[in-house]
Amino acid sequence: MSTATVRKRRIRIPYRIAMEPRLEPVPAWMPPLVSLAAVAAALAVGAVILVLVGGNPFSTYAHIARASFGSLGVFSDTLVKATPIILVGLACSLAFRMRLWNIGAEGQFMIGAFGASTVVLAPLLPESTPRPLMLLAMIVAGTAAGALWGLIPGVLKAKLNVNEIITTLMLNYIAISWNYFFIFAVWSEGGFEMSRVFPRNAWLPRLADYAQQVPLFRGLTTHLGLVFGILAAVLVWFVIYRSRWGYEIRLIGDNPRAAQYAGIPIVRNTILVMMFSGGLAGLAGVSEISGVVHRFQGTISPGYGFTGIIVAWLAKLNPLAVVVVSLLFGSLILAGREIQPSGIPKLIQGIILFAVIASDVLLRYRIRLSHVQEA
Amino acid sequence: MQGELCPAIEMRGIVKRFPGVVAVDYVDLTVHAGEIHALLGENGAGKSTLMNVLAGLYRPDAGQITVCGHRADLRSPRDAIDLGIGMVHQHFMLVQSQTVTENILLGLDEPRFFLRLAAYHQRVARLGERFGLHVDPRARIWQLCVGEQQRVEILKMLYRGTDVLIMDEPTAVLAPPEIEELFRTLRSMTREGKSVIFISHKLREVMQVADRVTVLRKGRVTAAGLDKDATSAEELARLMVGRSVLFRVEKAAQKPGQVVLAVDDIHADNDKGLPALRGLSLQVRAGEVLGLAGIAGNGQRELAEVITGLRPATSGRIMIQGQKIENGRTLTAIQRGVSHVPEDRTEVGSAPNLSLTDNLIMKHYRREPIAQGWAISQAAANAWAGDLKQAYDIVAPSIDVPARLLSGGNLQRLILAREIATQPRLLVAVQPTRGLDVGAIEDVQRLLLAQRESGAAILLISEELDELFALSDRVAVIYEGQIAGEMQTEDREAVGLMMTGERRQKRRSEGQ
Repeated sequence: MSTATVRKRRIRIPYRIAMEPRLEPVPAWMPPLVSLAAVAAALAVGAVILVLVGGNPFSTYAHIARASFGSLGVFSDTLVKATPIILVGLACSLAFRMRLWNIGAEGQFMIGAFGASTVVLAPLLPESTPRPLMLLAMIVAGTAAGALWGLIPGVLKAKLNVNEIITTLMLNYIAISWNYFFIFAVWSEGGFEMSRVFPRNAWLPRLADYAQQVPLFRGLTTHLGLVFGILAAVLVWFVIYRSRWGYEIRLIGDNPRAAQYAGIPIVRNTILVMMFSGGLAGLAGVSEISGVVHRFQGTISPGYGFTGIIVAWLAKLNPLAVVVVSLLFGSLILAGREIQPSGIPKLIQGIILFAVIASDVLLRYRIRLSHVQEA
Repeated sequence: MQGELCPAIEMRGIVKRFPGVVAVDYVDLTVHAGEIHALLGENGAGKSTLMNVLAGLYRPDAGQITVCGHRADLRSPRDAIDLGIGMVHQHFMLVQSQTVTENILLGLDEPRFFLRLAAYHQRVARLGERFGLHVDPRARIWQLCVGEQQRVEILKMLYRGTDVLIMDEPTAVLAPPEIEELFRTLRSMTREGKSVIFISHKLREVMQVADRVTVLRKGRVTAAGLDKDATSAEELARLMVGRSVLFRVEKAAQKPGQVVLAVDDIHADNDKGLPALRGLSLQVRAGEVLGLAGIAGNGQRELAEVITGLRPATSGRIMIQGQKIENGRTLTAIQRGVSHVPEDRTEVGSAPNLSLTDNLIMKHYRREPIAQGWAISQAAANAWAGDLKQAYDIVAPSIDVPARLLSGGNLQRLILAREIATQPRLLVAVQPTRGLDVGAIEDVQRLLLAQRESGAAILLISEELDELFALSDRVAVIYEGQIAGEMQTEDREAVGLMMTGERRQKRRSEGQ
């Protein structure tokens, strides 16, 4: 028998951290609590960075809170910022649920805005069209345009197995250039990079419009798009958890081979989900352009399409949680206006994302600290 | 070599806990030099855990190990290898694109920088010859069959100077002649004073090859170091399961009905685009079990997939009760009453992160009352799942837990429950009892026979000859994508020959 020769002495640490996979399901209260703790931890890390750059974390956070939830007026602004994020977040959660990595929500958003604008600017409908019809046409056109922008990578993925991450990403740039062509060359107002302002009947109703009846609404810019967002969240929730189609999506997402084995058409569902996802992002574009911007221009999105990806993950792809997370992100975007340097809220967003995604480990594994016995 | 006087390995009071379970509970094991020591037990009895402790992969929570009289502190597989303990795992750990020699040298200190492969090729070839492990040192791993790859794993351990070789279920992937060859190799090793620890749950093989047997049940030793000649398969089975075991499930005699499945001259490709089925034909009748024997990789998987519509056939025809199954249409097959217990329970048969309910309605969500138009009635789905969970004895805290938390036996019961609940005309079962413990195997086999009695046609594809002969009315052998022969009587030798390509006509075995 070969025996050991002189064995090297190794430094021994008396404690050992072991990660053991959880064999039991975690209690229902745990996931939200862990997420909350992760957000708190992220804010703590953010505070350390704020101190390092010479800021006061407490007053910064207080300022952010005041700037986004401090009064009815700023809360309304937060809701306005949250509205497109809700819709785009839903678009991403739906696609991600099937493990289709649609990172083209930004482009679908842009094309959605373009689609809605064509109704007014091409014009597809005369300016005297009654408001409900005008808005309906804009919604249909914008959603359809977004769906088309999702259909292209969907078909490529389903039929030719082209990586949807690449195609959706590239289509973002095409969408932006496409819009700029129309902004500069076709619908430019006096050579500026924007179109003329839409007529009033192409504006989504805002709370402020009803200030005469309800004085409290004076100056509040929250618009009908928020209602679309919330309705869409409920609808997407119902589709995913309570419909046959949603069951198919979840099954494909968790195990495509099992879905195939259950007789579920993967090609058709890939195309459909990408269309729906694109349509939701397109609707976000419609809501933003006719609810906030009221004209077709280049700078309509501070990266809503990409924020949607983060929001979808933070919400763990749950459509109802998307609404809550969007509010948080709406407030952070709003705070970007208030806080200098404006990179701080973005930094906090990033840290929150890391913390929440990393916290998933706690739900899957049990962390155990054990004392090592001397052998 | 001190022989019998000095035990090669002594494990004393080994405990290894995992969350919620004590996998190994104060186990002692003594292995002498120059013996083949079988470690027998059901799945989950703690065999592999105990051996992973010995191989340095797990640290025990308590207990000590002595190697040839010296206390050993095994912190890593490298420590174990330094002490002459090597393990061949069930899943091989080889680099597919490298040669045999390169795989063997991987991770060693010698050669240092220049490989001088020619010299090492020779060394490997000589080592192989010494122990009857024939494999071309220059061949790349992907070119080798499973049996050869196993030899590379053994060579890897021998090259590292292993004196105690642990083999985890080594025969699971081998054909009968390859098993014989492996046993010869193991014997040649023990002749040189090396020890082999042979993990298995197959009594037949243990009785054939082992010198002594240690039986584990639920993490404890139920028999330590029994002399093989002083025991019997029945006794070992009782020790392993904790009660006496019927080796035969009762199969009622019954006359098969009309033809349910007719496979006619089917050709199909495998995943690599190479022909896997080459003109295969067979028929299964109602109330009949057709067993399909064969070494893994001879087209069994592809056949099951073609019949169930998962894989398109390149030519040929499949009829279910006289109706043609459209090529590669899974849904049509499901609607025609074809159920499928797939080989791979986690990769194909279930969605690991979805709930038991979601997993149980996979084939039923299109039908009332679970389907309500485009919606799914969660209440109906839960009721359905609850009923099946109870009827098929699926052990889980609730129907809402994800399927990945189920044990192998429970997951298989879930799949069977789902597939049988559709009241299939044809049930295609691929390796339905693989990896299950004895109790669960009996359950699964009984369920299959119950389906036979209720008039379903059953195509049972298995690599376990015992199971095939116990359950089947007829046994056919598949070899390289064709039926090599068929028989109704139990003739292991003939089956063994056909499995390795010795073609035999049906009439010769029937004419006896």
